[in-house]
Amino acid sequence: MKRSAPTLGKDLTGLESLSPEQIRVILDTAEPFKEVSERQIKKVPVLRGKTIVNLFFEASTRTRISFEFAEKRLAADTVNIGAVGSSVSKGETLVDTARNLEAMRIDMVVIRHWSAGAAHFLASRIPSNVINAGDGAHEHPTQGLLDMLTLRDHFGRIEGLKVCIVGDVLHSRVARSNIYGLVALGAKVAVCAPRTLLPAGIEELGVRVFGRVEQAIEWSDALNVLRLQLERMQDGFVPSLREYNRVFGITRERLEWAPREMLILHPGPMNRGVEIDSDVADGPHSVILRQVTNGVAVRMAVLYLLTGDAPDLAEMARSGGAGRA
Amino acid sequence: MTAADSTVLMDDVAVRRAVGRMAHEILEKLGGTEHLVLMGIQRRGVDLADMIRDAITDAEGADVQTGTLDITLYRDDLMALGPRPVVGRTLLPRGGVDGVAVVLVDDVLYTGRTARAALNELMDWGRPARILLCVLVDRGDRELPIQPDIVGREFPVLTDRRVDVLVPRLDGELAVVLSQLERR
Repeated sequence: MKRSAPTLGKDLTGLESLSPEQIRVILDTAEPFKEVSERQIKKVPVLRGKTIVNLFFEASTRTRISFEFAEKRLAADTVNIGAVGSSVSKGETLVDTARNLEAMRIDMVVIRHWSAGAAHFLASRIPSNVINAGDGAHEHPTQGLLDMLTLRDHFGRIEGLKVCIVGDVLHSRVARSNIYGLVALGAKVAVCAPRTLLPAGIEELGVRVFGRVEQAIEWSDALNVLRLQLERMQDGFVPSLREYNRVFGITRERLEWAPREMLILHPGPMNRGVEIDSDVADGPHSVILRQVTNGVAVRMAVLYLLTGDAPDLAEMARSGGAGRA
Repeated sequence: MTAADSTVLMDDVAVRRAVGRMAHEILEKLGGTEHLVLMGIQRRGVDLADMIRDAITDAEGADVQTGTLDITLYRDDLMALGPRPVVGRTLLPRGGVDGVAVVLVDDVLYTGRTARAALNELMDWGRPARILLCVLVDRGDRELPIQPDIVGREFPVLTDRRVDVLVPRLDGELAVVLSQLERR
């Protein structure tokens, strides 16, 4: 009578390779983990004795802390490594860094890297579980999952929902993970941005494209508003921030035209007054802080499910570290 | 539902009689329903807790708080299981468990490891004034020093047998059945 959840495999590198069934299992497993964070003692002994390394080659506040809370609430031991102040800044390669960590007998690596494919590269070379916390403009699977959990909380379903991703899709790993996951679960997905901020051939992912934000608001049940990546805007993608806000900004005036109640998501950090106005971000339809809360639960679910495929370290030590390339 | 090679140890009527008696024993031990919380252990303990609550309400006319406890995350064999087991819901009663008398309700008491996990989980939730263990079937063969306070029926059976409690919500009938343990 023991019921087992379908396994995810050793790693979570993206949502593109997951089946709808696997995505549903993660979202369902996140539900019981939500309540762990509501307890007086916010800790369950699931990953007791496991060591997790958070390897962040790029700046991150929300994602890194969210992962760290998730790990600590599952009673794992965690170590944070940033690119600055570690041997990474002395020119050590990614694989060498990871192998050295493995030599200290770790169980999991959470990696954020500026280069697309970094998580997959690492996952194929070390026996520890690897979780992608964002790789270049490729994927950010746990962000996609927490966005989907937040949508499902509100609407009770994903299938048939109309979700439009507004903003800098070109540079966004969040957009890709959302598109893969939402399409897999049967949502209708659209993107809306200036043409300069849309990758060529985006339609091939099964999304429709709106050139005007008014059309997107007319069509959607929910808007996922992306951050305009100001650090990349020197290259002439948009004429000016003020003009971007005037044409693509999500403002209260624009939302008043929505034919139905509109849910507003934003992965953060927000540029208030650029892609989103303050009275929308703090308004009644914003679930931006719910996303942050759900992020911890989704990450706990992923950590829990991945350990089901973890290699037995003691076993490996006895067989002389087999599995190493 | 009941397989051909299984024996019915308790039928619907026998289970209901046992539950009625267990409800009265709980009232007797605790001297009433004040500060009483019934916590059903997922999954079939939840159904039994509901039945006990109804029996208490019938007898005393008082509402009794219930909750559910999923002990998956507290299992001592969690990391040895292979694929992750499905985690069910833990629902605390309003007001939590601090200072109340918690009656843990489960279907079958065997090794005692589930009860151990439930105790640890409850302690992480708060400080109950008292905890009682209430099971429909005690099949013996404990691996930990844990004993029940309220028992429906004792069936000492061999370890190559399994004892299952069937409940209407999940199995379509109410019964206790004995069968041969499948070799895996």
